Amino acid sequence: MNILVCVKRVPDTAENEIEVRPDGTDIRREDLVYSVNEWDNYAVEEAIQIAERTGGTVTVATVGDADAEEVVRREMAMGAQQGLMLTDPAFEGSDGRGIAEILKAAVQRGRYDLVLCGAQADDGAGQVGGMLAALLDWPYASLVNRIEVLEGQRLRIGREIEGGNQEMSEIELPCVLSIQTGINEPRYVGIRGIRKVASVEIPALGASELGLDPSRVGRAACRVRKLDYFVPPAGAGAEILQGSPEEIAARLVDLLKAKGGLK
Amino acid sequence: MTAQVFAFIPHANSRIDDAAPELAAAARQLAPGAPVTALVAGDGAGVEAVCAEAVRFFPEVWKFAAAELAYPNAELLRPLLSRVLPRGAIVLFSHNTLAMDLGPGLAVKLDAAYLPDIVAFEAPEGQVLRAVRQEFNGQVSTHVACDLSGGAVITLRAGCFAASEPLAAAGRVVDRSADAQGLAARRRFLEVVPAEVGDVDITKEEVLVSVGRGIGDKENLPVAEDLAEALGAVVSCSRPVVDAKWLDKSRQVGTSGKTVKPKVYLALGISGSFQHMGGIKGNPFIVAVNKNPKAPIFQVAQVGVVADVLEFAPVLAEAVRKAR
Amino acid sequence: MEPALIPPAAATLAGFPARLVFLLIPAVGVGLFAWILRRRIEPLLRAAPDDRFNRYGERVAAVLRLWLAQARQPRYLLAGVLHIVVFFGFLILGARSLQLVVLGFVEGFVLPGFGGDFGAAYHAAKDVAAAAVLVAVVVLAVRRLVFRPARYAVPERYGKDHTPEAILVLGLIATLLVSEGLFEASLVAAERQLGRPVQGLVPLTLPWALAALLGGVSREALQALHLAAYTVHDLTFFFFLCFLPFGKHFHVVTSLFNVFFMRLDPGTVKPVRHGVGEAGLDALETFGVKRFEDFTWKHMLDFYSCADCGRCSDRCPANRVGRPLSPRFVSIKARDLCFRRYPLRGRPAAAPEPLIGGIYSEDEIWSCTTCGACEEECPLGIEYIDKMVDLRRGMVDDGLVPQSLQKPLAAIEKRGNPWGKMEKKRGDWVLGVGEGCRVKGFDKGEQAEVLYFVDSITSYDDRMQKIAQAAARVFCAAGLDFGILGKDEKDSGHEVRRFGEEMLFQSLKEHNTEAIRASGARWIVTTDPHAYNALRKDYRDLPPVRHASEVILEALSAGRLALAPEADGVRTCVYHDPCYLGRHNRLYGAPRQVIDRLPGLRRVEMEGNCRDRSFCCGGGGLMLFYEPEEEMRMGVVRVKMAREAGADLVVAACPFCLVNLEDAIKVAGLEGELEAVDLCELVDRKLARPGGPGAANGQGGMA
Repeated sequence: MNILVCVKRVPDTAENEIEVRPDGTDIRREDLVYSVNEWDNYAVEEAIQIAERTGGTVTVATVGDADAEEVVRREMAMGAQQGLMLTDPAFEGSDGRGIAEILKAAVQRGRYDLVLCGAQADDGAGQVGGMLAALLDWPYASLVNRIEVLEGQRLRIGREIEGGNQEMSEIELPCVLSIQTGINEPRYVGIRGIRKVASVEIPALGASELGLDPSRVGRAACRVRKLDYFVPPAGAGAEILQGSPEEIAARLVDLLKAKGGLK
Repeated sequence: MTAQVFAFIPHANSRIDDAAPELAAAARQLAPGAPVTALVAGDGAGVEAVCAEAVRFFPEVWKFAAAELAYPNAELLRPLLSRVLPRGAIVLFSHNTLAMDLGPGLAVKLDAAYLPDIVAFEAPEGQVLRAVRQEFNGQVSTHVACDLSGGAVITLRAGCFAASEPLAAAGRVVDRSADAQGLAARRRFLEVVPAEVGDVDITKEEVLVSVGRGIGDKENLPVAEDLAEALGAVVSCSRPVVDAKWLDKSRQVGTSGKTVKPKVYLALGISGSFQHMGGIKGNPFIVAVNKNPKAPIFQVAQVGVVADVLEFAPVLAEAVRKAR
Repeated sequence: MEPALIPPAAATLAGFPARLVFLLIPAVGVGLFAWILRRRIEPLLRAAPDDRFNRYGERVAAVLRLWLAQARQPRYLLAGVLHIVVFFGFLILGARSLQLVVLGFVEGFVLPGFGGDFGAAYHAAKDVAAAAVLVAVVVLAVRRLVFRPARYAVPERYGKDHTPEAILVLGLIATLLVSEGLFEASLVAAERQLGRPVQGLVPLTLPWALAALLGGVSREALQALHLAAYTVHDLTFFFFLCFLPFGKHFHVVTSLFNVFFMRLDPGTVKPVRHGVGEAGLDALETFGVKRFEDFTWKHMLDFYSCADCGRCSDRCPANRVGRPLSPRFVSIKARDLCFRRYPLRGRPAAAPEPLIGGIYSEDEIWSCTTCGACEEECPLGIEYIDKMVDLRRGMVDDGLVPQSLQKPLAAIEKRGNPWGKMEKKRGDWVLGVGEGCRVKGFDKGEQAEVLYFVDSITSYDDRMQKIAQAAARVFCAAGLDFGILGKDEKDSGHEVRRFGEEMLFQSLKEHNTEAIRASGARWIVTTDPHAYNALRKDYRDLPPVRHASEVILEALSAGRLALAPEADGVRTCVYHDPCYLGRHNRLYGAPRQVIDRLPGLRRVEMEGNCRDRSFCCGGGGLMLFYEPEEEMRMGVVRVKMAREAGADLVVAACPFCLVNLEDAIKVAGLEGELEAVDLCELVDRKLARPGGPGAANGQGGMA
C-alpha cells in the first residue's frame, strides 16, 4: 500500500506561555522552537507500521517554506521513504481549503492508496483532511484511532467518539483518514537518525509543477481570514469564596454553569 | 441577511443533545428575524421523538428518516445535506466528533466557508461574520472574519452559547425523507465499542474532579466520585493517590501522568505541585478546595474554597443536583 | 619400605594395569574440558571489542583484593565466610587433587616443592582444609534446603529454581572430600594394622575420623576401598571440571579473569564502540547492543562468571520495589541465551535474535537507575551499568523509547532542558536569591573565578530552584567569586547519555564545553551530583570540578562561614548518600563533616544502608519522567529507613534525591515526622544573619 502522510511544522508550545505581539498580528515567534505537529507524527508512525505489514511506501508531504523541510526530514528519519515539499510563494497565507487544494494536486500526481493527516494541528481547526477527501471525492474518516487492513482494498477503522467510545467502520480504499493521538506509540527519532537522512534529496513542487490555478490558493483565496490574536483575560490568583459551605456551593454552581462544568 | 440558516440537530437515544437549544439561539443571533430550520436525521421512532423535541426550539424542522440514517454516518449525511441544502445556506453544527467528520467535506461540497469550533461571534455586519476561535490548546484566541455570502458551515463549541428558551409556539415538522432515499457511502458503520470500565480517558474529559492526598484515605474516594457523578465529570488524581494505589495510573494528572485539557478542573485536596500543574493545559477554569490556605494550588486556581474536602464536597454535590 | 596397600599406579584391575585407566581418565577429562572451553570462548571471539588489556598494576591489585582476599564476601557475613572457607579450601586442596591425579600413573608422585617439612605441613593443612570445607558444604546445603534465603529464589518469570544445581555441586564437593579422605584413611588403617606408626594425622579431620572407623576392616577390604576411593575421586574430579562450564560454577574458572578485566572507573560510561572515537560515531552502522554478539567480550565473560549469589538483586533498588528488573537475571538470561546460541555440538546459531523482546523487555532495561549498587556488591566484578546503557543505545537507535521519555529528550534537543522551557529563563531562579547576594552571569559578559554549573532541573523546577538559591547565598557568605552560564548553559546530558541517547549527549557536551571554556572560570562548583559526575567523568579537559559539599566544608574549616547559634534545640538527622556522589565518586566524608559542624544537629546513620550501600532515592534526570511499573517507590523505602534510624531530618546532597524524598515523605504519610532538606539549604538555614529575613528562606521544605 502506498501511503501519503500530510504533515505540518508547528511551534512547540507545550511548556511555554504563548505571547501575542503588541500589534496583535501574530503570536511572538522569536523564542519559539518548531517541530512536527504531534497528531501528524502519530499518522506517520501508523503509515510506517501499515507499510511494514503490507509492503509499499510512505511519502511525507508538507506545504511550507524551506524551514518546513526539517519536519519532513525528521519523519523520513522515522522511516518514511520519500519526502515531498510543496513550496511556492503563491501558497502563502492559504486557509485550510487552500492547503487542501494544494494537497489534492500532490495526491493526484502520485499513486496513493491511502492519505493520512493528523486530526488537528496548532490552530485546532481539524479541517484539511476532510476537505482533501471531499476535493478528491474519496471517503473520509476523522479521529481515527485504529486501522486494520482487510482483504479487497478495504480497511476496518475505529474512530474515537464521545465518552471514549470507539466507532468501528469499514472504509474503501483509496480514502483519507485523519489520525487521533494514541493510535500507536510513535518511535523515537534521535539526532543520529536525522543525520542519516540529512543528505537525501527532497523534491520541491510549486504551483506550476502541480498544475494548480494560483487563484484557488494563497491569501487571496481565503474565505476565512484571521484578523488578530489576543489572550483571553486570565484571573490572577484564586478568588477565595467566603460564607457558609452552602452559600459557597451555591455560588460555585453558578460559576460552574457559566464555565461549562455543569451541562 | 437573506441567507437561509440551518441547524443540524445532534441527538442520541431518541433525545436531542443539550447543544441543540444553543444552536437555536446562535442561529437567531446570526440571522435576526430569518427563519431557522432544524435538520434531523435518523430512523424509526427515535427520529420522531427528536423532531417532537426540536419543534420546541425551531419554527421548522426537516425530518430525514431512513434506515441507513439509524446511526449518524458522516459519509451518508454529507451527500444528503449537499443534496437538500440551498446554495448559500449557513449550516450550524455543534462542534462534536460527528461535525468534525462531516463539516469540512460538507463545506467543500457546498462550496461554502468553514468556520470550526467557534466560541463566540459578533452580530454580522453585512455579509461578514466576526467570530472568536482558540488556537494552541486555548492559550491564544483569534478573531476571524468570514464572508457569508457564499454560505458557510459553522461549528459551535458546546457550552459557549446560551441556550434558547422554547418558542412560544412550537414549530412544524416537514418530512423530507424522500430526499434521504438511496443514499450510499464507501464507509459502512459497523458498531460502537463502548469504553472499557476503568478505562476512562481523562485527557479527553471536559470536567475533571481531581483528588489529591487531601482526601486522606481510599475509603474517602466515594465522596469525590459522587461529586463527579453529579457533575457528569470523571475523577482524576495527583501522583500520591496513584502511588498509594487508591486509583489507577490512567487517572493521574501531571508531568509523570496524563496531560489533560479540561474546561473545568476541580482540585480537591491537591496542593498543586509544579509536577501536577504541568499536566493541566488549555487554561481550564480551576476550582481549588483545600484546607491549607497557603496551598500553591490557590495561586493558579481561579476560585478557591478553604475547607476540608470531605466536608465540602458532599455539600457541593447536593447543590449541583438541585441545580439540575 | 613397601606401603601397606598397593598404590593405584601399581594396581591391576581384572588383570589389567590400573595405571592405564588412571591415565585415560585425566586424558579424556582434560581433553573434554579443553574442548568445552574452546566452545565457550567462541562467542567471545565474535563479540564487540573491549579495552581491557591495560593498567595491569591496578588489575593485579583488584585481583589481590577481590579475588584472593575475597574482600567483598564478608558484606554478606555468613555466606561470605562460608565462601571464603570453600575458596581457600579449593586453593589448598587443588594441589592435593593434582597430586592424586598423577599418583594414578606415577607411583609415589609428589608435586615439585611439596617434599620435606613443607610437604608434611601441607599434608596436615589439606586435611584441616578438607574438614573445614566439608563443614561449610554441610552448612551451605542446610541453608539451601532448609532456610532457603530469599535472594536465591527464582521468580516464576525467570524460570525454574536453581537449587538442584547448587545441591549437585555441593554433593560433588563432598564426594571429592570424602573420597580423598577414604583414600588416605584406608592406607592409614592398613599401616596401623601392620603396627607402623602413622604421624601427622590431625585430630577431627576426615582421615583421622575415617581411619578410626576402618580400624577393624580386613586388609583386602581396605585395599579395595583404597582403589575404589581413588577411582571415585578421579572420576568426580574430572566430571566436576567438565561440569563447571555448564552453569553458575563456571565462576570457579572465570572469576580470576573476570576480576582482572573488571571495570576500574566507577561513574564512567563505556564508549559506543571501543576503538571508535567521537568523530567516528556517525559512520557506525548500528549503535549499542541489539543482539547477543553486540556485547563486548568482557560483558560475555560477566555472564559466564555470574555465580547466581543474588547479591546484586538483593541490593538493587529497582528489584526491591518490584520493577521488572533483577540484575542477577540480566546475567543468567544472557548466559542461558549464549548456551543456546552456541551449543557444544553443531554450529552456532546464525540468525540474529533481538535481545529486546527476546530475553529482555523494554521496561526491564529502562527500570535501571544506574545507581551502581549491584556493581558495588558483586564479588566477581560483574558490571551492569554499561550493559544497560548499551542496551538502551540499541533501543534508542531502533526508536524504542517510551513516550514519557521522548518528550523530555526532544525538549532537551530543542531547548537544552527536559521541559522545553525557554533558554532565556534558565537563569531566572537568581531573582529569588534575595538581598545581599548577587549572582554574576557569564552570559552577560561578567567574569568570575568560579563557575556554578546549575544544570537543567535545578534551574527550572520551582522546588529545586530553592537549592540553587540557598547554594548561592552560602557561596556569597563564603566570599566565593562565582557566576553562572545562564542561557548559555544546557543540560549536562548526564542522564541523556545513560539513557542511551549518545549523539544528543555529544552535542550537549560540545556546547557546554565551549561555554565553560569561554567563561574563563578557574574551577567549577555544582550542587547536582549528576552534573558533577558528568563534568568529571563524561566531559574532558575542563577546569577542576567540585561538589558544593566540598566547597562548603572548606569554607567552614577556614572559618569563612559564620553560623548562627542554635536556638531551636537539637534535631536528629541522617545523611542520604546520593549515588552519583557516593558510589560513583566516593565522596562520603565531606557532606557528613559539613553536617557535623552545624549546630543543633545530631547525626545518625542508616546502618547497613549508607555510604557505598546507600539505597537509591528513585533516580534523577530523565528517570523523573519515566513511568516505571513498580509496587512501591524507592523513595518510600528510603524515607522509612531514615525514620527507622531515628531521624526527623533527612539530608540529601542532590536535587533529585531531595524531590524524591520529599514526595516519598508525603506518600509514606510521614509528614510532620520527617523532613527532607538539601545540604545547601541546611547550611543556608544555619548561616548567621543578624536580624535578616533571609533565614526564613530555607524553611519551606515541606511545601
